[in-house]
Amino acid sequence: MQVTMTVNDVEVTREIEARLLLVHFLRDVLGLTGTHWGCDTSNCGTCVVWLDGEPVKSCTVLAAMAGGHQVRTVEGLAKGAELDPIQQGFMQCHGLQCGFCTPGMMMTARALLDRNPDPSETEIREAISGQICRCTGYATIVRSVRWAAVAEAQAATQVTETTESSEAGEIDNAGQPAEAVA
Amino acid sequence: MQVPAPFEYERATSVDHAISLLERLGGTARLIAGGHSLLPMMKLRLANFDYLIDINDLHGELGYVEAGPDEVRIGALTRHRELLESPVLAAAFPIFADAERVIADPVVRNRGTLGGSLCQADPSEDLSAVCTTLDARCVIRGPGGAERVVSMEEFHVGPYETAVADDEILVEIRLPVRPGCGSAYAKVERRAGDWAVVSAGAAVWLDGGAIVDARVGLAAVGPNTTGIPAISAALRGQEPSESLYEQAGTIAADSCDPVTDQRGSAEYKRHLAAELTRRTLRRAVERARS
Repeated sequence: MQVTMTVNDVEVTREIEARLLLVHFLRDVLGLTGTHWGCDTSNCGTCVVWLDGEPVKSCTVLAAMAGGHQVRTVEGLAKGAELDPIQQGFMQCHGLQCGFCTPGMMMTARALLDRNPDPSETEIREAISGQICRCTGYATIVRSVRWAAVAEAQAATQVTETTESSEAGEIDNAGQPAEAVA
Repeated sequence: MQVPAPFEYERATSVDHAISLLERLGGTARLIAGGHSLLPMMKLRLANFDYLIDINDLHGELGYVEAGPDEVRIGALTRHRELLESPVLAAAFPIFADAERVIADPVVRNRGTLGGSLCQADPSEDLSAVCTTLDARCVIRGPGGAERVVSMEEFHVGPYETAVADDEILVEIRLPVRPGCGSAYAKVERRAGDWAVVSAGAAVWLDGGAIVDARVGLAAVGPNTTGIPAISAALRGQEPSESLYEQAGTIAADSCDPVTDQRGSAEYKRHLAAELTRRTLRRAVERARS
């Protein structure tokens, strides 16, 4: 069968078997290997991508079911050369060790911040509770997400101040937010 | 790599279209909604079908929670997260949010649906216990728009088996609304998001401090989620008290039919049935009073 979907803002059409899972479509057909494939049983969450803006486990979604819909993968997280604050947070706070769970964690974290820009540690832990890190890294992952939340809040404040004083200038959100590293 | 055996994929554009596809394809086809029960079973070759009919496009038609004067109506394609976040359910039946918080995980809850959970008819399934507790009615639609309404007892024929025929679709769940209601759900699981070792739902209806009616639904302790009429009979007309919850717990333990498996011994599960019945009744009464 033929399937057409939009992946990271690019429309793709491919001939596929109906039984092909979305995770394998992304990795094997499109070559987007940033999405990892782990347990195969919807437990580990390393295959999390967005389907119409919501995180889903792509090992339990048929590629055919994504037809006509919007898919976003970790490759679509950065804006060109500029990393998403979530990605910056994972760098700044050592949110990744082996890196296997990282793409799924970052996609879930981005969706969380889009809905809740100031999540508590408990809310972050709830959001990633369907995803497994075997490097025992949850503490740094939580810290990374908080870093991103603070960085985005600070960037938003700077945007407001810049707008108010009519000053043009780049927003620097690469600095270390004090709260997140404390 | 686990993938399902080959099948043909069809996408339904309306409920009537889905039914016409089912009429044509019969028992060789299955509806797929969230897919989080069906696809793992197909990967493991526990289930094989020639056709899958994708009904996710029917969310506009079948994804809703509506409060009426006599009942709350929930579309079968309403997703777990929508149930968890529904202000209507939070006000009328907090048992839903209790249960949803312990069903799988947030990402899975973005996909899974109420109708899919009930139609999977897993004996450990939480929303079946919730719907049993609330005395839900299931609306099943068939060819020609014919609808029939069945109770949860009639809906679940056996493990993984429902009253929905090959050319029918579950479209709506109706929950009767009566005054003075409080409800709660509790589950013991081995790890976060797992199937229940045992779970219990309780609903009570109070009038002037006395229990007008009470219902308890247990999961994972028998072939189906079980409503326990003996508990309702024992509690009606009584003032809520710890000794009454104790009595209900004893009835729950005696009424259920657990088996010893890797999740625990039958004896342990009976203990849980009693304890969770006590806890949820206590919480349901607190909520009814507040």
